[in-house]
Amino acid sequence: MSSPGLRSATLSIVIFLLFTLAWHVAVSGGASGGPAMDPEYAKLMGIKVEGGKSAMPGPLDIGAKLVEHLRKPFYDNGPNDKGLGLQLLFSLGRVALGYGLAILVAIPLGFVIGMFPVIYRALDPFIQVMKPVSPLAWMPLALYTIKDSSLSAIFVIFICSLWPMLINTAFGVAGVRKEWLNVARTLEVSSWRQAITVILPAAAPTIVTGMRISIGIAWLVIVAAEMLVGGTGIGYFVWNEWNNLSIANVIVAILMIGLVGMALDLALARFQRRITFPE
Amino acid sequence: MSDAKFISIEGITRRFKAPDGSLTTVFRDVWFSIPRGEFVCMIGHSGCGKTTVLNILSGLDLPDEGVAIVDGKAIEGPSLDRAVIFQSHALLPWRSVLGNVTYAVTSRWPKWARAQVEEHARRFIEKVGLKGAEAKKPAQLSGGMKQRVGIARALSIEPKILLMDEPFSALDALTRGTLQDEVRRICLETGQTVFMITHDVDEAIYLADKIILMTNGPEALVAEIVENPLPKDRDRNQIHKHPAFYAIRNHLIDFLVTRSRTFKDEMPANYDRRHPPVVRPSGAPQPLPPSEPGQTAAA
Ligand SMILES: Nc1ncnc2c1ncn2[C@@H]1O[C@H](COP(=O)(O)OP(=O)(O)OP(=O)(O)O)[C@@H](O)[C@H]1O
Ligand SMILES: [Mg+2]
Repeated sequence: MSSPGLRSATLSIVIFLLFTLAWHVAVSGGASGGPAMDPEYAKLMGIKVEGGKSAMPGPLDIGAKLVEHLRKPFYDNGPNDKGLGLQLLFSLGRVALGYGLAILVAIPLGFVIGMFPVIYRALDPFIQVMKPVSPLAWMPLALYTIKDSSLSAIFVIFICSLWPMLINTAFGVAGVRKEWLNVARTLEVSSWRQAITVILPAAAPTIVTGMRISIGIAWLVIVAAEMLVGGTGIGYFVWNEWNNLSIANVIVAILMIGLVGMALDLALARFQRRITFPE
Repeated sequence: MSDAKFISIEGITRRFKAPDGSLTTVFRDVWFSIPRGEFVCMIGHSGCGKTTVLNILSGLDLPDEGVAIVDGKAIEGPSLDRAVIFQSHALLPWRSVLGNVTYAVTSRWPKWARAQVEEHARRFIEKVGLKGAEAKKPAQLSGGMKQRVGIARALSIEPKILLMDEPFSALDALTRGTLQDEVRRICLETGQTVFMITHDVDEAIYLADKIILMTNGPEALVAEIVENPLPKDRDRNQIHKHPAFYAIRNHLIDFLVTRSRTFKDEMPANYDRRHPPVVRPSGAPQPLPPSEPGQTAAA
């Protein structure tokens, strides 16, 4: 119990154990009983509600399921039976493509917008209207024009990743300190080299903040998009397991979605620390 | 072009839009010149347009009227021949000390190999006394060290002209003294032409060959050009014993305290903007102590 880090870690573990215990007690049917399950739903699942035992899986069921998935993460038994790891890879692949495309568009365009206030003011109304549109609203349009469900999902990721990166890049570029640019100007540095050697490093922390916001949104949206387009991916997996009424699988998937999202954010946070400079 | 008019400011006027949309003239029809190898200081009150003059000399700003000529050519933009030492040091915070200097060196000599660039940069870092700090980032340096990097960066491109905007004003007295000594030594060694802005009368007396006095803005003008009567090989600890020291010091302080404000109303009849009067204070030593400007004002 010496360092504050150790203390908070201990507390985290205690909270986790208490939560798991409460969960376990709740689903294994306490004396309080009560309708732990909607009878209609129970009939659907083909189980009898006995002795107050809930059909809601307990932590032990989830643990067993998790171990099962971790043992065989990448198996592929046809369209409706793929390993959890494989599904996550499908989702990550789509996010990588859509997000990568968004970077390729947002950062150069953001540079231009940030450097030329006229262009910024000209594009601002469009950005303001497009930004609050739920990316899923694009889905029908994407399906209609692209005619490929997987590409449509990538397009939706592209659209939702675009705005935060675009706005942050423009903001970062526009806010580069005048004196740094003056240093480059007095050294007769060409505009192109100024962009690479002054504006980019100066705006990088702001740009990466935008990238972090975008990856978070993209990871949120991919689950919903895959539920809509189906086929593969973690979103489809969740939907499919719901149709199979396998709540344990759904919970395991939720856990994995959270962990992968956290890993993505941590990776970018680490990158951000590397390029952030103290002044 | 003659060396006597190495830098020639010819009738420059600069106006800025005030927030209410009207134009204010910061200074109007300013003339002065600087011979090659001379160290010239400009003093004047805040807002009289000193930085604007320096920006025009650096090429970062252009006059609305008139022209600034260097070595026979009108200034049209920034040039590697004129290095600037900024008041706020303006180091690139994501680059190390070495990186900040090599940035300038590679801009000056783009064809040089990396090793040559670094070797050259290290030489100048050593010259300003920062050997051993090459890998540090600006945030890890004290104010004096940051300003030293700025000086190394400016000198490393071996400019024809050094432009300095209050380079030492943010430093404590001790650091300021050492840096003044170093800049003076380096500039004398290389016969550097220098234009420097300062608020510090003693700094101007110690460093400058000539001191340009600007009246208060707006519509500022060059009131006069003061020649420094002290010998070129002056010693910081001995100058106050020179008979002309208090003469020039009192003259400058008197200007800052009163004449900068009243000059325009009491303009000498023969005042000519193109040839501002040149004065050389060297009268009998006046027994005034080097005290606050407020006291000397009464003299
Ligand atoms: N880009 C600009 N736009 C509008 N006004 C400006 C601009 N630059 C300078 N000015 C105005 O011009 C005047 C002179 O400014 P300048 O910075 O040259 O003064 P200075 O003599 O260097 O003052 P200080 O001693 O405080 O540094 C000031 O009144 C300032 O407000
Ligand atoms: Mg200034």
